[in-house]
Amino acid sequence: MKARTFGRHIRESLKSIRRNSWMTFASVSAVTVTLLLVGVFIVIMMNLNQLAQNIENDVEIKVVADPAADEVAIKELVEKVRSTDGIIEVVFSSRDEELDKMIKSFGDELSLYKQSNPLGDALYVKAKDPQQAATIAKEIDTYDYTYEVIYGEEKVEKLFNVLNTSRNVGLALILALLFTAMFLISNTIRITIVARRTEIEIMKLVGATNNFVRIPFLLEGIWLGVLGAIAPMLIISISYFKLYEYWEPKLQGELFQLLNTTPFIYQLNGLILFMGIFIGVWGSFMSVRKFLKV
Amino acid sequence: MIVMKNVYKKYPNGVVAANGLNVVIDPGEFVYVVGPSGAGKSTFIKMMYREEAPTSGDVIVNGINLATLRNKRIPYLRRQIGVVFQDFKLLPKLNVYENVAFALEVIEESPAEIRKKVNDVLGLVGLTQKARMFPNELSGGEEQRVSIARSIVNLPKVVIADEPTGNLDPETSWEIMRIFEQINTRGTTIVMATHNREIVNTIKHRVIAIEGGLITRDEYGGEYYEG
Repeated sequence: MKARTFGRHIRESLKSIRRNSWMTFASVSAVTVTLLLVGVFIVIMMNLNQLAQNIENDVEIKVVADPAADEVAIKELVEKVRSTDGIIEVVFSSRDEELDKMIKSFGDELSLYKQSNPLGDALYVKAKDPQQAATIAKEIDTYDYTYEVIYGEEKVEKLFNVLNTSRNVGLALILALLFTAMFLISNTIRITIVARRTEIEIMKLVGATNNFVRIPFLLEGIWLGVLGAIAPMLIISISYFKLYEYWEPKLQGELFQLLNTTPFIYQLNGLILFMGIFIGVWGSFMSVRKFLKV
Repeated sequence: MIVMKNVYKKYPNGVVAANGLNVVIDPGEFVYVVGPSGAGKSTFIKMMYREEAPTSGDVIVNGINLATLRNKRIPYLRRQIGVVFQDFKLLPKLNVYENVAFALEVIEESPAEIRKKVNDVLGLVGLTQKARMFPNELSGGEEQRVSIARSIVNLPKVVIADEPTGNLDPETSWEIMRIFEQINTRGTTIVMATHNREIVNTIKHRVIAIEGGLITRDEYGGEYYEG
């Protein structure tokens, strides 16, 4: 396409945006509300995901060896655990070290047990993929000389359930909103098409190509999407920067951390803009296909 | 050149508008298409610029078979054909010059070329003085002249006119006919559907009469009569 033609398409599309100012306003608002909600939802989900990941990574499998097992047997167990699939780290902690830890947390009364330590040696195992922890724990439990295999299964699974449910509910809501916004845009474009039907008829009569007829309407859709994306991008960026500035120092050392502003906010802005354009193009495309018999 | 071979057209509502049309129109001819309303005149004309496609048979215009022409190619066919309507179909928000230039802009002609062609054609239809006026400031005859200018600005080999004088008073009609004659003398084929008995009987040309989707009469220098 020639640059001059493209310039003409842009002018035409902007002209319609001005001409149908009310419909433009309605569709831009719909896109704005949709993208704002989508953006806030993404901010929340991404941060919760990060929290889930932190918790997950914190989960380790504790393998307690049979206190009756001898040194050779323990060695055998350690080797076997080390060679289990999907493990990245195994830390050995002897029964004496385990007792020291207990004394530290529960008090000196437990020092009595130093005479005859009832605890077994322990292995702290980290799974490569935390979601696999349950499977790995079960497998290790079948090995000889294990006394007990413990991991924070319930804590994690509950969190995942909550996350998954809220993600699904959120996604359904967002999809509904996206459709509303698309529908409004498609209606706006339809009005433009109807308002310009004589012009379109003449264009086709004198031999304008189908793309020549279509492109201004697709551009109009893009403008509506982009205009609708501006406010959400600004609002979310500014709020998140402020939020981060305020909370980040207070969350030092906590399991819950806010995602760093860079690159998160920039990626999010890119995504919002992209969704705006996508809604615009798609909404416009639906009308062009339906009402522009070219 | 326009050729129709065994052209049959049935609309989805069951109406048969062309029931085996066979016709050859040579380059440079001037042809009137006459017949009562609903006889199939419009369909006959619309099939020539592929506004309608035949249900079966061949329609060949300037060597292109419109029966098999892919939709994507229609715009390129239309650039070789000028079409004029009874209701002018001008854009009210554009002035005379812009209305004519519009036809070239949408096929992406260069601005210099547009300026030259539009000025030439406005001279031909006698509207150079009114180039900056808007359609609502013009008389019916002037509006039709703008519409003719637009149809020929791209120098088509064929001009198709569907009742171009239908909305005009007799005096203005003669004026419009004079312009068509002029275009025809430059070698452009003209196919004109009309109800204007006086014009057909005075400016003699080939007459094709259509009734019930059939060509009932086809004679050079024919008269206008019904039935």
